[in-house]
Amino acid sequence: MATKWPKPAEGSWTEHYPDLGTGPIPFRDSISEEFYALEREAIFKRAWLNVSRVDETPEAGSYITRQIEAADASLLLVQDHDGRIRAFHNLCRRRGHALVPPDFRATELRSTGDEFECRHCGWRYSLDGRLISLPDADRFADLDTADYGLVEVHCDVWAGFVFVNVDREPRQSLRDFLGPMVTALDGYPFDKLTERYDWVAHNNSNWKIFADAFQEYYHVPSLHTQQVPPEVRDPNAGFTCGHFQLDGPHRLVSTAGTRRWLLAPEYMYPIERATHSGLVGPWRTPDIGELPMHGLNPGNIEPWGITNFQIFPNLEILIYGGWYLLYRYWPTSHNTHRYEAFTYFHPARTVRERIEHEVAAVVLKEFALQDAGMLGGTQAALEYDVIDDYPLNDQEILVRHLHKMAVEWVEDYQRDRAPAGA
Amino acid sequence: MTTATRLPSAFAELEPYAEIWCLPTETERWDRRLASTMPEMHEFYDAFFPRLEEAIEYCDKFPLDDIPDDALNLLHLVYSLIMVAMSVEIMHQPAPTDSADAVMIRTGEPRP
Repeated sequence: MATKWPKPAEGSWTEHYPDLGTGPIPFRDSISEEFYALEREAIFKRAWLNVSRVDETPEAGSYITRQIEAADASLLLVQDHDGRIRAFHNLCRRRGHALVPPDFRATELRSTGDEFECRHCGWRYSLDGRLISLPDADRFADLDTADYGLVEVHCDVWAGFVFVNVDREPRQSLRDFLGPMVTALDGYPFDKLTERYDWVAHNNSNWKIFADAFQEYYHVPSLHTQQVPPEVRDPNAGFTCGHFQLDGPHRLVSTAGTRRWLLAPEYMYPIERATHSGLVGPWRTPDIGELPMHGLNPGNIEPWGITNFQIFPNLEILIYGGWYLLYRYWPTSHNTHRYEAFTYFHPARTVRERIEHEVAAVVLKEFALQDAGMLGGTQAALEYDVIDDYPLNDQEILVRHLHKMAVEWVEDYQRDRAPAGA
Repeated sequence: MTTATRLPSAFAELEPYAEIWCLPTETERWDRRLASTMPEMHEFYDAFFPRLEEAIEYCDKFPLDDIPDDALNLLHLVYSLIMVAMSVEIMHQPAPTDSADAVMIRTGEPRP
């Protein structure tokens, strides 16, 4: 795979994005408790955060709960009677009890009917958060129910992805925050890909360190040697990504895709040949209509394989044409995070298609565990703090960009907090 | 010795493996894989892999929402073979190589 992809006119990706700089970076943002405390305020309490897809709250009364430790938020999301998804702090206004039992990730759909009732005190709220009734209302002095609705959190939807923003007044609308590079995916038929496999992992690494593993591909031939059978492994194989792009705090990378089943049979494992599925997913996926290729493959890579959209701060959408992966990294401390992974396929129409999905889901976990296994050690080593100048090459500009964005958001926050005129 | 059969009669010779490997969830299959030795997994793989395509074809005759119990067991056995193939064909050890102490739990999946 010695394909050479054209570089930008400036000669390199690094020169194409000169603001990123060329110097080594310290990764100190990933080992510092103080920096993490700032990230929580500056990033996780200010950015739009994707917490679900619309199909997780499909009808009026359907609800889910979500914990966002980094934003000090335990949220309740519900579809109201107008079809809108609303987010509230999962907190009864009377004594602070959880209004519904928090459930880390319920896969069964839950419905509350027309209202929520606090199990502790019996206060009842409508789906749009109004307090509608309470037992013994006359025992309170001057209590106006209009003042005791659920505490709402900003919630908006793009392309079926539900985002929340816990800031009192978000600085940007969701669409402005996502920007043109991400919203160029508007026409992608995410709504047709609803067959979901979910995973969770608690990783002993800073949230950005795991995200970094999916921002470059140079580690693939060395760490994931098993991705092709030994007979066809090339010990000197490198991997070059065809296209990188930045837009505001967001990133994308596209790689070419070999249609593995068109290669000689020894390029595949027997289980892949027998099931017509594997590392890059099912060999064939159902027709899901015309794809917005200008948004999906902005670098015009041919043959196009994957585009990985890294939506700041902690969401990745990796699109393989007919199916996609979604990752979220939720920090739980400066050196731990909860990693959520999902695959989304067209609903299987036959048992054979379901088997293809199972193979793709099983293979994904094999290689994600290699990344995860590596990174606990990386975090520990970074924390020895003996090196503060890690060089990054032209294929790693997205790593450079994520860490730079985190630092810039923290600096913006600090500037906003500094006394005027100081 | 049990007389209950789990699999369609055409796959009767796989009954001894069905007792061990007919597991409906990925979590059960993963745990069984990590609790197995490579010789145990090779034995299952060698017995079943040659008939895998036939087994897929058998299960594929039924609609996803109406699979008879014996075919469903066979499907779960197929899923287990996929799991075991990771160890046998790719990793040559029960757990993925280099995965250290990392754990990743499948918390949701379509059924069957």
